[in-house]
This record gives sequence, C-alpha cells and structure tokens, in this order.
Amino acid sequence: MSAIANSFPQAPATWKLPDHGKVAMVGLIIAESAIFTIFVVAYLFYVGKSLSGPTPREVLETPIFYTICLLSSSLTIHLAVKSLARDRVGGFLAFWLLTIVLGGSFLYGTAQEWHRLIYQHGLTISTNLFGTTYYSLVGLHAFHVTAGLVMLLIGAIFALVGRVRVEQSRRVEVLSMYWHFVDVVWVVVFTVVYVLGR
Amino acid sequence: MSSNAITIPGAQIGEKPWVDTLHGWLTTVDHKRLGILYIVYALFFLVIGGVEAVIIRIQLMHAHNDFVSPQVFNRMFTMHGTTMIFFVAMPILFGFANYLVPLMIGARDMAFPRLNAFSFWLSALGGFLLYFSFLGANGLYGAGNAPDVGWWAYAPLTARAFSPGNSSDYWTLAVLVSGFGSIGTAINIIATILCLRCPGMKLSRMPLLAWLNLVMAGMALITITPLSAAQIMLLVDRYLGGHFFDAQAGGSAVLWMHFFWIFGHPEVYILIIPCFAFMSEIIPVFSRKPIFGYPVMVAATVCIAFVSMSVWAHHMFTVGMNSYANSFFTITTMAVGVPTGIKIFNWLGTMWGGKIQFKVPMLFCIGFLFQFLIAGLTGIMLACAPFDWQLGLSYFVVAHFHYVIVGGILFALFAAFYYWYPKMTGRMLSERLGRWHFWLFLIGFHLTFDLMHLPGLLGMPRRIYTYEPGRGWDTLNLLVTIGTFIQAIAILLFVANLVTSYFKGDKASNDPWDAWTLEWSTSSPPPAYNFASIPVVASRRPLWDLKHPEDPDSRYE
Amino acid sequence: MQAGQPTNSFGRGPLLVIGSLIWRVSTAVAATTSPLSPTNIFAPASTPANSIAYLSVFVLAITGIIFVVVFTLLVYAIIKFRARVFDAGREPAQVYGSTQIELAWTIIPILIVIVLFLATARVIHAVQDAPEPANAVEVTAIGHQYWWEFRYPKMGVVTANELHIPVSDPVNPSPTFLNLLSADTDHSFWVPELAGKTDLIPGHPNRMWMDPQRTGIFLGQCAQYCGVQHAKMLLRVSVDSPEDFAAWVRSQQQPAVQDASVAAGRRVFETTACINCHAVAGTNANGRFGPDLTHLMSRATIASGAAQNTPEKLRLWIQDPNKIKPGSLMPAMQLSDADLDAVVSYLETLR
Repeated sequence: MSAIANSFPQAPATWKLPDHGKVAMVGLIIAESAIFTIFVVAYLFYVGKSLSGPTPREVLETPIFYTICLLSSSLTIHLAVKSLARDRVGGFLAFWLLTIVLGGSFLYGTAQEWHRLIYQHGLTISTNLFGTTYYSLVGLHAFHVTAGLVMLLIGAIFALVGRVRVEQSRRVEVLSMYWHFVDVVWVVVFTVVYVLGR
Repeated sequence: MSSNAITIPGAQIGEKPWVDTLHGWLTTVDHKRLGILYIVYALFFLVIGGVEAVIIRIQLMHAHNDFVSPQVFNRMFTMHGTTMIFFVAMPILFGFANYLVPLMIGARDMAFPRLNAFSFWLSALGGFLLYFSFLGANGLYGAGNAPDVGWWAYAPLTARAFSPGNSSDYWTLAVLVSGFGSIGTAINIIATILCLRCPGMKLSRMPLLAWLNLVMAGMALITITPLSAAQIMLLVDRYLGGHFFDAQAGGSAVLWMHFFWIFGHPEVYILIIPCFAFMSEIIPVFSRKPIFGYPVMVAATVCIAFVSMSVWAHHMFTVGMNSYANSFFTITTMAVGVPTGIKIFNWLGTMWGGKIQFKVPMLFCIGFLFQFLIAGLTGIMLACAPFDWQLGLSYFVVAHFHYVIVGGILFALFAAFYYWYPKMTGRMLSERLGRWHFWLFLIGFHLTFDLMHLPGLLGMPRRIYTYEPGRGWDTLNLLVTIGTFIQAIAILLFVANLVTSYFKGDKASNDPWDAWTLEWSTSSPPPAYNFASIPVVASRRPLWDLKHPEDPDSRYE
Repeated sequence: MQAGQPTNSFGRGPLLVIGSLIWRVSTAVAATTSPLSPTNIFAPASTPANSIAYLSVFVLAITGIIFVVVFTLLVYAIIKFRARVFDAGREPAQVYGSTQIELAWTIIPILIVIVLFLATARVIHAVQDAPEPANAVEVTAIGHQYWWEFRYPKMGVVTANELHIPVSDPVNPSPTFLNLLSADTDHSFWVPELAGKTDLIPGHPNRMWMDPQRTGIFLGQCAQYCGVQHAKMLLRVSVDSPEDFAAWVRSQQQPAVQDASVAAGRRVFETTACINCHAVAGTNANGRFGPDLTHLMSRATIASGAAQNTPEKLRLWIQDPNKIKPGSLMPAMQLSDADLDAVVSYLETLR
C-alpha cells in the first residue's frame, strides 16, 4: 500500500451548487405529483362508469370564484417573496396574509360545495364511483392546501413577531414553491373534474 | 490516528455511561450512525424474515404436510415478502447510501440531518407496526392478526368482505408509513448529491455509487407514491365505504394491479441499482483497474430507470389484457434487459486484463455476476408473454425473483459488508469465516434456487400451503428445503463474523484495500465530521491520483 | 391462425432448426419415459400449450447460448487474470473503456431482443386472437372460494370442479372456449398440459380456449391466491371421445335421480340448511353459493379435488369440512349420526 500524499489538487475558482432547500422541495413536488397522478388516473378511468347515483353533470357547479381566489394567491405569495427579497417586511407581511386569506377562502368554498353535495344531492364518498373518486381527489388536494396554510400561518406568526427578514427570503421562497405546486395541481384537478369529467 | 483526523481531548468512548451512549444513538442525526442503525435494523428483520422462510419451506417439504395450518402458512408468506422488501432490503440499502454517499462526495453529512433521523424512525415504526399484528386476535398461535393477503395484497381479497378484521390494515399502514420515510430519505439523497459535492467533483467525476444512488432516489420519488396512493384508496374502500376496487359497484380489481405494479416493478430496480453501485466500486478495486466504461454505466443506469417505468404489466400477462398490450409489455421488458446486460459486460470488461484478488468481497462479487446473469436470463423467459402464461404465478417466478434478490442483491450486500465493515468499525472481518460463509451460502443458495425452477416447469403454483403427491414436486421441494438450512447456517456464520470481528478483528487502517475513493482518505471509523478539511478532487479516483502522481487519472479524463 | 392447427413453423433460421431439433428430441424422450409430472408444461396436449412449449424451447435455446458465452468469458477472466504472487505492487494497464466494444455489446443484444420479440408476438396473436369455429364447445367457468363452477349454456348443463370436454380432431377441430368469470376474489385457471393460465377476475370477464388432441385426464389447479384454501382448488379435466362426451352431456342434462329408498335422506337434505347453498335439479334445492350436486356421483373427487369421492370421505366432509379443507366456506352441518348417514346415502344416489 502506498502512502497517501497529503496534498489535494487546487480548488476550482468558483464552485456553486444548487440550493439544497430548493432541490428538496422540487423532490417533494415530484413525489406529490406522482401521488396526484394516480388519483387523477383513477378519476379519469372511472368517468361514466358509476352504476347508479348522481352524475357529475347533475350535481357539479363550476367553482369559478374560489378557483380565482386560489390562483391569485399564487400571485400574492410571489409578490410577498419578492418584497422580502428587497427587505420590505411590511409589504411581505401584507401579501403573505392576503395569500392566507385567499387560500382560506378556497378551503371555505370547497367545504361549501361538499356541504351542498352531501345534503342537497346525497352524494357521499360511498354513494358511487363518482363520489369515491371525486371526494378522494378533491379531498387530497384540499388536504395539501390545508397543510400549506398551516405552514403559511407559522410563517405569518414568525413574521408578526418580527423574526422574518431578508435573511429568511430563501426559506420563504421554498415555501412559496410548495404553494405554487398546490395551485398547479388545482388547475389539473379543475380541468379533470369540472371540464373533462362532465 | 490518521493525519486526516483531529483528536478531541476527553472524548473517550469507554468512559461514558451506557445510558449516554444509548441516548447518543437514539438522538443522533449523524449520517454514519443513522446508516448503521438502518443496517442493524435490517439485519434484525433479515433473521426474522428468514425464520418465516424456513417455516414455509418446512411446511412444503413434502406433500400434505401439516407443520402449520393454512392460515398460519398464508400469514407466513405474506409477512416474509413484506418484511424482506420493505424492512430488510429498503432499509439496508438506504443505510449503506446514508453511510457512504456523504463520505464519497466529500461532504460532512447529508443535506438534511434531522430529516434523515426522522425518516429512519418513521420507517422503523412501520416495521414494528407490521409485527405488532402478530399480537392481535388469537395471539401468536394462530399467527394472530398478521396479514395473510400476500405482499401484493390484490383486490378484492383485501376488501372488507374477504378480509374482515384488521390484518390487512396492518399491512397497509405499516407499508404506508415506511413509504413516507423512504421518500424523505430519497429527497435527502438527491439534495445531498446535487448540492454538497466537494469542490472539483463535477457530476462526471462522482463515484458510480453516488450516481446510482442518485438515480435510485429519483426513481423512489415517483415509484413509492403510487403505492401510497393505492393504499389510501384501499383504506377509503375499507373504512369510508369507497368503491375504488369494489367490483359490485363497477370498481376494478385490475386497477389495483396496475397501481401496485407501477410501484412494484420499478421498486425492484430501486433495490438492485444500489447493488450495481456496490459492484461498480468493489470490482474495480479487486481487479486493480478503473471501472470499464464509466459514462456508459451512467447512461445504462438512467436508461434502466426510464425503461423500467414502462414494463409493469409483465406481472399481469395472465390477467387478460389484449394481445397488443401483451406485446407492448413483452418488448419493453425485453428491452430493459439490454442496458442491464451492458452493465454485466462492463464489469466483465473491468476484470479483463486486471490482476484479480480473490478476497472475500470479490468472491461475493463473482457470485453476483454469475447469478445475476442467470436471473436476467430467466427474466427474459418470463418477459415472453406466452411463456409467462405457463410460468407466471408458479414456482418458476419465485425461483427467478429469489435468484435476483438472494443471488444478486444479498450477494452484493455481503460484498459491501466485507468491503466497508473495516471503514465503519475500524476492524477487519475474518477472511476465514468469510470464506466459510461464502461457500456454504453458495452451495445452499444453488441447491435451493436452481432446483426451485423445476417445480414451476412442472406446474406448481405459488402461495399454496400444501400440494398433491404424484405431481412430481415432492423430491424437488425436499431438496429445496435442505438448501434453506444450509443457507441459514451460513447466515449464522456471517452474524458471528460481524459480532466477533467487532471485538477481536484485526485493526483496520484508513485504506485496507488500497482503494481510490474519498471514504478511504479518512480514518476507520471516520470522525464525526468526516474530513478534517473538505477535499478537492480533479478526477474520478482522487486517491489513485495521490498514490500515482506520475500517472494520474486527471490526465485522461 | 385457426384454432386447432398446431403451430410448428416460424421460419427457417438456423437457430430455429436447432430449436426444433431440441424439441423433437425432448418430446420423443417425454413420450417414451414415464411422465415426470401430470402437469408438465413441456408435455403439451393442446394447441395453445403446444405453441407455448415450442416458443419456450426457442427462448431457452437463445438464453442458453447467451449464458454459455458469458459464463465462459467470466470463467476465462477469473482464471486468466487472477493476481499472481509476483504481481504484488504493480498495477495492470488502466483501461477506461472502448467505444467499439460498447457498441458491439449494445447492438447484438438489441438484435437478439428483436428476434425474440417477433417470435413471441406471433404466438401471442395466434393464441389470443384465434377465431372461434362454429362447432366449438362453450363453457362458462365461474371461480368461487374454493371451487369451480362450470356451465354449458348451450347444453343446459351445470356442474362443478370436474370439466368434461371433447377431444379435438386437428382435421375438423372442435375446441372448447371458456368464458372466465368470478363470484368473489381473483382466481386463475391453469391446466398446464392444455393451455397457459388465464385469470378469473370479478367484473373483468376473460376468454381462453383449448383443443386437446388426445383423450385422458388432465390435472391443474387455481394459480392466483384467492384466500385460505387456494391450495386445494384443484382442477380435473376429462377429455372424452366425441361419443363419451355426448353421453356425458346427456346424463348431465337429466334431472336428479329419484330413488324412493333414500327418501329419508332427501328429507334431511331439503329441510336443513343444505338447500341454502346447493342445487339439485328437479327438486326444490336451488342454492347457488355452493357446487351443484345433481350429478355429484359422476365426479371422481369432492371438495374441488381435496378428497376422493367415497362414502367415507363424503360423510367426513359433511360432518366437518375443516377436517379435509380447513377454512373452506362450507360450515360443519352439526347433523346427528343418523341424519348424516341418511344424507350420505341420499347423495350417493345422485349419479
């Protein structure tokens, strides 16, 4: 065995690797996309195959207003991140809270729709294939919105006690990536359920 | 002590009370300790899964045997399969990845140490949850409430109507929970490799182990979640009255199969790719040559990853898909054999013209090459849909996949153990015991799994707790069982080796094998911070360059 | 590809000649020596099984050649390039790779895959897309936990566990086409010497065919794990001459034998829970959960092959099915000894 010389080669002039927070969030988004894909596939596979019970055409109402709420929350969170990057904490906080409000209204809209479907039309998860796939897919998305809102609320609390400054802009950006993902998933779910599925 | 470590005064391990040591291990976020925790956890379940296999084999030793009841037998093969895949193979490979990847890329730890610990404990919880099922219902005699639906858990057998009670829920939840842990580890591996490489280590200079674990982790992200999705759907069916797989309401049992195998097939590539990584690190060192065709090895692995996502329905050839679908999956499955074969040829090319040293790690590598070749060829046979219409769901398939998992994955793991144990513990494993382990295991393995192909050709289906005499299966099954005992003895020798060498093995230097990757530049075992100063590299084999300054790799890359 | 024509020509390549040679030798050997097994996939007696067996030998030949080549190279490498004592300290030439070699061992496997695929695709289509001739026998097979229901819809025959089909003359084929359904979980119909297996999946009807070219008894069993007694869901296929088949059908079409001497047993049968699950044609027993018992005595086995059809075994089965097939879905009938004997003597008359 030869003795190892103690000198490593010269380091390269610049050595810049991607930010690990962003890479991890991209990884999480990829994994979550796979889980949503399977639920979407199940939804599309079972379109029109329910043997009984209410059909999508009979009971679904397109949630335009709440969709606009959710999609504009992507804009507001983007503005929040940009504000923080320029160390404008006030602007950041305003847009961040607005994002939470918009996300919260979306969840309220989903709850309202489900209430109407269950009590007015008798459509539950066990009614028929449409019920099972609809509540599962929309429910999975709503769960992810809820998880996102919890994280946004934690961020808001830290911001309100003054702990969020330009140094945290990277972390806030990673969170916003998750929020954008949740919005993109809604575009897909919306298309599948309210456009294609009818 | 090597010149690469900084001595910290006062940190003498022998002086700490055992409670502190235990606390240190339970709260660790150090990738090396977590790696060892994963590995020890997996070895524990390997023994348990092995006991389940022995029970299965004793029951099948001759026709109409009554060693165990059908209920117990069905729980045994379900638990054996689930344990071996989810609580042995996955954790042990994640353990080695955890330990080796940061060291080999010159990093101090994984990108997210606390996520690392969380993922381990989540996966570990899954294993304990699964085995807790034995304590339910009738208790241990009836094998309790352990799941008995097979590790595939096909619908509608898992529906409430056909699986009352909670046994299949244990399966679902245990695997679901450990799946989330696996996703956490996969994200961690990707972030580590992409973001924490030491200066100079471009992706094209990474050790193949890092490359292959990167591919494996990427696959894990899109492979494990389909199973999680299917399991959530199953829970919806069982608990919320859903109809995903309920034929009475128009649901489809075949949909479960598709979802399961979209996970299940790439999963086996997730298991074998890290083993390819071990081969690609160990064979060069004991052939004294660099890996033959590094770029092709990377390309072939990426190719395997993509193509393997398109072959899943070769597990469903008998389900009644139309002839076009069957033909499609035949050709994709055969196609995935091409990059896999290329890898075998490259390892052969590495050995060719070398100076092969037959140390114990290399013995296991050679066993791997022969056995993986055969396993791949029986895979080509199964890829041929009509041949699969006879061989599918028979003992031929059982023989094929055990050939890959035991003859391939386990042999590769043994090689990895003998190769990296000195780095992890600072002691060499006994070469003598290692040779006994190798030869005994080789004989037992071939006795069992070579012969196991034959009952399949003679019509013996899977998952049967007994069989009729006069089918020509009796003698073959008896010999298969005898091989199991030989393998069990070999495993016991291996465990004995692991334990006794820890206390009495020869002390290992930094670099006992005269190898070339970064983990051999630090002490055995490495200090908590891995490297005194972060290394800088200029080639794929930084230590070769240091040992051979007159002829460094950096001149040729 | 017409059903009934054995597939035995694919092309003219030398490999196929070798494959066909191996085929002829092994079938000759199989024909002269005592059978290794009654469920040997290489002892086909029907066109689908025959096509598969021939293709399999071809695949085995090709993979065998690959194995021999690579194995030889590996052994050669291990012997020729092992380190010798005088090698210590000197490293061999550090070769990084070779584009030509990589191309060679990429292109050749791709060509092999193409050849294998073309041969395979032909058999897939031949077996799966075979048209049904006019005089094919139609059988509906319904899988249950843990027995087989067989119905011949055009002939009005309902039976269980033992299938009778006519032998098929290659000149004028009369294959049997099976419609495969399931009443509960997934099953798989596998009689290796007659055809490859096809699954029975609830809500997903499947179709398969076989045209046995010799008479005899062919064995098989369920091949898809369906629950506790998956292992004892055996299959028994009796391939009959055309005359024997016609005779069998005629006798199966009759209602149950009415024998006054076993009236007591018949009363026990019809007043206990038996009729909830079982049917006996021509009586008021009309249950469909368990096998049809109208011609129980025409079968060689009971409990889907788990026991021989003898009075002792039948008595034991009714007294406590778990003694023969633990976990089967037939409950122990809790009959007194006298009632049990009466029922058994009644069932013994159901020829």
